[in-house]
Amino acid sequence: MANAGVQSSKTKRNKAISWTVAMILAIFWLLVAFVPFLFMVLTGFKQKLEVIMGTAFDFPETFFTENYISIITDPSFWNYFKNSVIVLVLALVILLMFCSFAAYPLSRFKFKLRNFIFLVIVASMSIPIHVTMIPVFQMATKTGLYDTVWVLIPTAVAFALPMSVFIMTGFMEGIPKELEEAADIDGCGRYARFFRVIFPLSTPGLSTLAIYNGVNIWNEFIFAFTLTQSEKNRTLPLALWNYQGQYSSNTAMIMACLTLSTVPMIIMFVILQDKLIKGMMAGAVKG
Amino acid sequence: MNKNTLAYKQQKAVNLCAAVFLAPVIILMAIFLFYPIVQTFINSFMKWNGISADKAFNGLYNWNKLIHDGDFWRAFLNNVKIMVLSLVIQMPIGILLATFLDAGGKKFNIFKILWFLPLLMSSVAVGYLFRYALATNGGIISSISQLLGGGKVDLLGNQKTALYAVIMVVCWQFVPFYMVYYIAGYSSISSDVYEAAIIDGATRRQYVMSVALPLLVPTIKSAVIMSVTGSLKYFDLVYVMTGGGPGTSTELMATYMYKNSFVTYNMGYGSAIAGGMFILITLVAATIMKVMNRGGDE
Repeated sequence: MANAGVQSSKTKRNKAISWTVAMILAIFWLLVAFVPFLFMVLTGFKQKLEVIMGTAFDFPETFFTENYISIITDPSFWNYFKNSVIVLVLALVILLMFCSFAAYPLSRFKFKLRNFIFLVIVASMSIPIHVTMIPVFQMATKTGLYDTVWVLIPTAVAFALPMSVFIMTGFMEGIPKELEEAADIDGCGRYARFFRVIFPLSTPGLSTLAIYNGVNIWNEFIFAFTLTQSEKNRTLPLALWNYQGQYSSNTAMIMACLTLSTVPMIIMFVILQDKLIKGMMAGAVKG
Repeated sequence: MNKNTLAYKQQKAVNLCAAVFLAPVIILMAIFLFYPIVQTFINSFMKWNGISADKAFNGLYNWNKLIHDGDFWRAFLNNVKIMVLSLVIQMPIGILLATFLDAGGKKFNIFKILWFLPLLMSSVAVGYLFRYALATNGGIISSISQLLGGGKVDLLGNQKTALYAVIMVVCWQFVPFYMVYYIAGYSSISSDVYEAAIIDGATRRQYVMSVALPLLVPTIKSAVIMSVTGSLKYFDLVYVMTGGGPGTSTELMATYMYKNSFVTYNMGYGSAIAGGMFILITLVAATIMKVMNRGGDE
């Protein structure tokens, strides 16, 4: 008995040691992850000369809010913001509709090409954007959509589709078949069953997809960069690009702009963090 | 099969319904993914500046140039360095963080939230942030070095260190992604398995090492594939942070392709680079998948 006591106090001490080590490492990574953020937000509150003269860890002498204010009161910032919102909302609505349309037959029906189509969609997840860029650019100039906000919507949808269809198919496979059979007996056809049974039951899957894709669409850079040109048609990630040209020597101003462009995502994350992480996890179901 | 049986008619109705529901996705993907890939390969045999309507057939000229283009292969090598170091750095850290959160449960939520933050920023924002955070004057690393009595450090301006600085930033941005991925892996292990292990007298560490990690192997495999394909098509962050420089020290396949196509408007050659990139990514990913699956059988 005494022996057992020694044993357990030993394992207890071992446990305490491993937790301490783990805690130290955890806090170290916390610093790695968070210090650049702090640097960004605080530098935004500095004055131009302070940044050049001081080190990264000097606190701002006074909280100089001029940078933030001049960006918030700049109408062109709100124009970028408006464009981002337009692309985000329209692309998300279309994406969610189309991907649940496609997931319905892929998850519920048996037909000849089912496996082939599913395989093609899964394989499309790893297509690099660059291999499509020049032809998409060509199509945009030919159709007159080049340098409009609208061109960013179908491209955003198309590149988000493979992953979304894949995840949504997995989600719909998890909806019990009995519900559908009941609707079938009640005289609901294949089309009506989708709208009355499957689609409403898919909302948890849709909301995680909305969040996951929302972050990606909000932050999209490469198509916005190649397919739009004039300031009035560009989205928020490009605002950073333009501010960079405008204030290249004013680090504080650029940090303020970075902070402001990240704020919407942080607010969304704070409100929806569980769902966001679930959305990311949905992509992780299996390989 | 008899065309009049009920089963046949029903299958026909199912096929039609499937076609209707799949049509929007197939059409969009055909226009924006499959057609452009074919067109890129066609363009790669052309001499074309992207603006004028006339493309001239150029035979294998672009592809021959690509194969002998030292800059392209140096860019590919940089991509491979990013790929290898991303795997070596991100996978273990991602697993460690997820293991910590899995062991700690809800009370470590604050860690989860703060660790997650880098993933919310756009690559462009991350690129700019670190362009200044790694600057010689007033940058974070420089300031730490000065606090410790050293001199200023110029990581991004030095050809020898720039690529490694870029890789560190890439890891900073994507470790949270893999962390979440592994949290998902852990949470898919049923709690019965954990309880059974504990009842059998396993410690937490034994549970992780001999029960959980083997069960995580499929998750790790798909994370590896994602990391590999991601590393090979990297663009935004590098383009913003270094523009491929100094010199060509951080040039990647994607930045090289972009510069050829949209800066110097050599779209024929740009298409060949894009096509080469596509082939190389597919080859590398297929090889790695094959190696991993063979390893799994033994």
